[in-house]
Amino acid sequence: MSVLIFAEAEKGTLKKVGFEVASYGRALADLRCEPLIAVTINTNNVDALAQYGVDQIVQIQDDSLDIFSAQRYAQVIAQVAQQKAAKLVVLSSTADGRYMAPLVSVILDAGYASNVVALPSATAPLEVKRSCFTNKAFSHTTLSGETNIIGLANNSFGLHEKPSQPVIETLELTLDPDPVQSTSVEKVTGKVAIADADIVISGGRGLKGPENWHLIEDLAETLGAATACSKPVSDMGWRPHSEHVGQTGKPVASNLYIAIGVSGAIQHLAGINASKVKVVINNDPEAPFFKAADYGVVGDAFKVVPELTEKLKAFKSQTH
Amino acid sequence: MKVLVCISNVPDTTSKINFVEGDTRFDTNGVQFIINPNDEFGLTRAIWLQQQQQAEVTVLTVGDASCEPILRKCLAIGAQKALRIDTTATDGFAVAQEIAAHCKETSYDLIITGRESIDYNGGMVGGILTGLLGVGFVTNCISLEIENGTATLAREIDGGKENLTAQLPLVIGAQKGLVEEDDLIIPNMRGIMQARQKPLNVLAAQKNTPKSQVSKFEKPQPKGPVKLVAEDQLDELINLLHNEAKVI
Repeated sequence: MSVLIFAEAEKGTLKKVGFEVASYGRALADLRCEPLIAVTINTNNVDALAQYGVDQIVQIQDDSLDIFSAQRYAQVIAQVAQQKAAKLVVLSSTADGRYMAPLVSVILDAGYASNVVALPSATAPLEVKRSCFTNKAFSHTTLSGETNIIGLANNSFGLHEKPSQPVIETLELTLDPDPVQSTSVEKVTGKVAIADADIVISGGRGLKGPENWHLIEDLAETLGAATACSKPVSDMGWRPHSEHVGQTGKPVASNLYIAIGVSGAIQHLAGINASKVKVVINNDPEAPFFKAADYGVVGDAFKVVPELTEKLKAFKSQTH
Repeated sequence: MKVLVCISNVPDTTSKINFVEGDTRFDTNGVQFIINPNDEFGLTRAIWLQQQQQAEVTVLTVGDASCEPILRKCLAIGAQKALRIDTTATDGFAVAQEIAAHCKETSYDLIITGRESIDYNGGMVGGILTGLLGVGFVTNCISLEIENGTATLAREIDGGKENLTAQLPLVIGAQKGLVEEDDLIIPNMRGIMQARQKPLNVLAAQKNTPKSQVSKFEKPQPKGPVKLVAEDQLDELINLLHNEAKVI
């Protein structure tokens, strides 16, 4: 028996979520006194997993997997789980992770819980805590499959180093084709993706128009942050839909979320609630966001934000 | 072309979330139920396929009779028929098994689910249904065109989008972007009257095997009060974020 994780990579390099999933997998394997096995696909720096307590790495190298395919990646993970007698599989909550997980669960006839935010409170039967009602509540869910899959919520467990000396093996698998073919990938270059960002700067209607978005972008650039917006802003076409965060938009689970001119509708707050530290800048002291935030500035965004950006530039140049 | 849209009955997005019976059950008292927003984006896209490509649109939900008002709403929006599989929706696996059993009897060219429901946020039904039916699947779907049995699609990925193609039959997980908020169809009086005449059939449940069970719900810990920083004391805000919150 073993615990299996899929360590996700982008262009051959492990992603931060890969290390978070490894950290969680290590703690889970310790709870169950089982080895932790990681599977990687076309990844160059698998050695980096040694920092996070992985006992064994199954390295899959297959040119036909250079382009992500949910069904083929799911087959890889399921076949490795079967070969390694893994009864617990941990996947991330990235777009790809959430796409694959239910497909893996069908192949393995496994139970699956997404958005898991902590280590299981019991291992037999397996009970996990997951967020639901778009971060407005948690549920304690018992998984009753013979094999079970945990989808770990992004940025919920953190990175925990625990050096190990993993055994690395390569494996060749036979995979069925995916009926869905990727034709191209369009990524915005030079911008931090909301899903990967430690810091997210979000703007609302209080910014009065798209021409003022340089305030958000300058602050984001200073902090190496992703930019986001509220639903009305994307509905009015001031910003692209891909920046809309909230209940029907993208979920945010960053370390720091700064909301500027966002009033804090319940749907918006739900979508960003998994962020660790929330800051609000708004000229209306009655804005609901102040009840959800950790830090707040009541003031005019057009005055506060440029000044904050300047001060942060000075702060950054001192500390780095 | 036959299109099935799977609908989840969920609390309105502004609902206060409370639990009863020792935190084991969602408190529906005073809660208004709506079509799951992700499903509604999918339904709207399906209605366009009906208007432009003569698709036949069926909506389906798995649940008890309390789910019927939203099915009637789907009929008023324009779906031709509605089906309710009569069982309590336990988990995503059981729901997907019920839908799969129906789809094996009545084949569809396109099956639309939401990328996830806004209540349990499982994000499972579309993928599991796909696995059980052995067809193609695209979730977080933000664009869909169908021509001569071939679908051209886009899905939202972290930091961008991916373009894809697939042959029908196909399952997609819909979300905002597939249609826009402004495109959602508000039923008019004629639609509402017609919906009363359209078929809403109740199907008996098959044997399903849930693989998870909620034992208890929990609400997040109440937050402490916000720490306010004066607008002329921004150095203090930086200090707090650096030394207290340790996030910059």
